[in-house]
Amino acid sequence: MRILPKTVSAGVYTGFLALLAIAPWIFSVIDEPFYLDLLSRGLILAIAALSLNLILGYGGMVSLGHAAYLGIGAYCVGIPAYYDFYNGWLHLGLTVLVSGLFALVTGAICLRTKGVYFIMITLAFSQMVYFTFVSLEEYGGDDGLVIYLRSEFPTWLSMESPVALYYWIFTVLLITLFFIHRLVHARFGRVIVGSRFNEDRMQSLGYSTYRYRLTCYVISGVICGIAGMLLGNFTSFISPEMMGWTRSGELIFMVVIGGAGTLFGPLVGTAAFVFLEEFLSYITIYWHLIFGLMLIALVLFGKGGIHGWLSAFDRKEKRG
Amino acid sequence: MNQPLLEVTDLNKNFGGIIATNRLYLSVEQGQVHAVIGPNGAGKTTLISQLSGQLKPTSGRIDFEGRNITGFSTARRARAGLARSFQITSVIMPMTLLENVMLAVQGSDGHSFRFWSSVQRDSAMIDAAMKSLVEVGLDDRADRIAAQVSHGERRQLEVAMALAMGPKLLLLDEPMAGMGSEETARMVEILSGLKGDKAILLIEHDMDAVFSLADSLSVLVNGHIIATDTVEKIRNNSDVQRAYLGEEHA
Repeated sequence: MRILPKTVSAGVYTGFLALLAIAPWIFSVIDEPFYLDLLSRGLILAIAALSLNLILGYGGMVSLGHAAYLGIGAYCVGIPAYYDFYNGWLHLGLTVLVSGLFALVTGAICLRTKGVYFIMITLAFSQMVYFTFVSLEEYGGDDGLVIYLRSEFPTWLSMESPVALYYWIFTVLLITLFFIHRLVHARFGRVIVGSRFNEDRMQSLGYSTYRYRLTCYVISGVICGIAGMLLGNFTSFISPEMMGWTRSGELIFMVVIGGAGTLFGPLVGTAAFVFLEEFLSYITIYWHLIFGLMLIALVLFGKGGIHGWLSAFDRKEKRG
Repeated sequence: MNQPLLEVTDLNKNFGGIIATNRLYLSVEQGQVHAVIGPNGAGKTTLISQLSGQLKPTSGRIDFEGRNITGFSTARRARAGLARSFQITSVIMPMTLLENVMLAVQGSDGHSFRFWSSVQRDSAMIDAAMKSLVEVGLDDRADRIAAQVSHGERRQLEVAMALAMGPKLLLLDEPMAGMGSEETARMVEILSGLKGDKAILLIEHDMDAVFSLADSLSVLVNGHIIATDTVEKIRNNSDVQRAYLGEEHA
């Protein structure tokens, strides 16, 4: 049996996941609890980026409205909590139901369009959700909503302490990674990938591509909704701000920086994004400027994002 | 009399004021190779697109195996047994030849709402795909990326994909388009191998290929079929020679 990973990239990712698994312990040893917060937030965004990558990277459906699902998930925690319903299964069930339904209805319309029109219409729907929550005075409107307690789960599943919540997030991340890995290599995933490159051809091969793409869109929405549910629990304060279109744009950055259409790309992309955001904003308040320049450079010169660079090492190894 | 496999009745297609298909009647019998020839712009590809469902006819009726399929989507026609190859090569470029053909096998093998088992371990599907690649002589290149093989090989891949769908009727839109003479000979050989086994509707410019492959022949001019007959009779039909074969063969 092979113990060492086959390639450089696989090695890096395995090491990365192993580090994430022991991160709370490391942070308690060096006594820097802030880093755990940062990492928890980063991993939630990574789950969202993974879900976006499923439609954007594998399916070629560039959505500029994916943050809506983060918001929907968060409010599926916030609104029940507002009425003192803290049952975690209720929150989770509601999240899956509402985000799935929203993806089904909007996806059914969005997927009738292509290219720029698809981008615009996904943006339009997410802005509709955004302004709906802004106008809901009962739930704080623009000012948002404070969640006083986290979702309640049985003791062994509790997300009360920061470390417990971190492992909740980490576990959801692992499940998402594994699920997407299986999905894209299964029959369903092959149809999604094939349709990205040549939808007409897929139809003439007998696939009703619309149904498959819509299903993929719903799966992606539900995963992102769950990320939103975790985000609601993590921040304990939610507002329409978290589903603004800039957040949707940031999710696209994360996917592209890491490498769209690759399993681990969005994960390392999110890590890079969160790190740069913290690091650059520490240096200057004009960090967006530097970040923007880096993005331009990446789009011009960096083929395939971080995953692309790592795979370049893989190929060199094979030749050498 | 036996029912034809494919029967087209009074098919019309207008693009604005342009009549691309005009009162077209056509039938293809079981196990026959039927060729459609005609000058550029006669509406050959428009015809194929209406048969495979990419274009909706303005009026008319298409029956396949005695079933009216005029309202069927492209995907549904494909599942009913109509397989099309494209004049302009249309394959999934970043995938390997094997993966391309596997997609064709998968498309004719029930629904694809299967989320868990990897297709890379589906030996039945791999075997079926390899069989089609062997038929067109591409089995030794199965793991090459479609974007990296030659034009002629991609044309062969088109045919392999159409074959892998296990179709009842192959719609081949200029399978020799843009090929060198050696590649054309190879393709004629491949198609001859299928003759008698599968019904084929062949659209082709290469007259030598058509004459050596087809059982019967229709001549399409300005969207209308002016003659349908055996290859021999068409060759000697003076109307056809004037309308199409022209200077070269008259």
